[in-house]
Amino acid sequence: MAVLDIRQRTGWLFMAVIVGHILLISAQVNTQRGVPLLEEVTFGTFAEVQRAATSAIATVRDNWTNYVALQDVRAENARLKEENAALQVGLQQERALAQQSRTLQSLLDLKTAVQLKTTSASVIAGGASPEFRTMTIDKGTGDGLASDMAVLAPGGVVGRIIMPARRAAKVQLLIDRDAAAGAIVERSRAQGVVVGTGTDRFRLDHVPGAADIQVGDRVVTSGIEGIYPKGFLIGQIQSIDRQSGEFTNVVVDPAVQFSELETVLVVVTPTPGEAQ
Amino acid sequence: MRAVGGLIAVALALALQTTLAKLLVGGSAAIDLVLVAVVSVALTTGPVGGMLAGSMAGLIQDSLSTGVLGIGGLAKSVIGFLAGAISQQFILTSALPRFVMFVGATVAHAALFMGLNVGLGLRAFPSPWKAVASQAVGNAVVGMVAFAIIEALPGVIERRRMGRRPRG
Repeated sequence: MAVLDIRQRTGWLFMAVIVGHILLISAQVNTQRGVPLLEEVTFGTFAEVQRAATSAIATVRDNWTNYVALQDVRAENARLKEENAALQVGLQQERALAQQSRTLQSLLDLKTAVQLKTTSASVIAGGASPEFRTMTIDKGTGDGLASDMAVLAPGGVVGRIIMPARRAAKVQLLIDRDAAAGAIVERSRAQGVVVGTGTDRFRLDHVPGAADIQVGDRVVTSGIEGIYPKGFLIGQIQSIDRQSGEFTNVVVDPAVQFSELETVLVVVTPTPGEAQ
Repeated sequence: MRAVGGLIAVALALALQTTLAKLLVGGSAAIDLVLVAVVSVALTTGPVGGMLAGSMAGLIQDSLSTGVLGIGGLAKSVIGFLAGAISQQFILTSALPRFVMFVGATVAHAALFMGLNVGLGLRAFPSPWKAVASQAVGNAVVGMVAFAIIEALPGVIERRRMGRRPRG
């Protein structure tokens, strides 16, 4: 039986595993055609595990929030009542201002000419590897989602769908090293490309040396790549490095807090290319 | 029985990693719980167990990420095998050698993973030293805590069992 005992064949087994992985990598790097079946099946299956794990953790968190963490509620309640009374006064003023604002908005017709059709989705998991910035949402092809659909949050751009399974989809966040989006500086209309760095900051590349950009400028999507709708906020310029008249490193602070995402909006409106 | 334990450890680490990553996704200093699980399995089961756990865990991690399928699997297979082989050659029962093992495994894993990506022209990692160093320390601390819990657990269960036994 020693012949069949894999512990006696450690070296061979090691070689087999390594060769298997190398073949697997080679097949993908050489062909580059679509998503491998194994990847989609594994993702689809594990998305269900992620859904179950998130559900279990949410149950524990709810129990904690609803029962254990309510010890100081009485004192907090009294404080909130006082705060509420003060806010009532402020609310009257805000209502007057809001009415003024609504009137102005209807006069200027600020509603966008193109209505984006979106669907909301919950974030059920983050990325499995620290080297990649991805997350999993709880909607997939069964809900009309497809690859390269833009994912937004109220604060701004989140990323794009890179792999939709039937009941879940993998989203590549814009902060991933491989992610990029066409961008425009709102104030000066200077164009560039926002690229992910793998950290919690973006880099604004390909900005012409003569462009007018300043720290604090808002950077929005240009829509040039055909994925993200035009005019959505990406972030604000945090720092600018310049050498010999060229911009060497323009750092952009994201508008979206990626660590706090719970619900996102997926833009299901077809891009102009698909519509034709 | 150890194989089942290893599988559970890796599955648990993957579930925890994806859940925690949701909270830490904006941060740059991340902990690779899956790598911690692979090294732990390797230290308790040896090179074959470590390699198989690394292969399985790495492939699942790859398929859940945006990279090429197999790169993480290859890196974790090698690390699992080496960690298992080293654990059979040296005594790694005290805290310091284990800490060094987790730090070394993380650095070696990062070198392999990033080396393969850069070598194949898939992605660049400009100045990754700070991120790798913080991940190495983080992984080592989590690994040490995990090992302490695993080793203390049988004793706690036994003491509870002894406490419940009726005195005649």
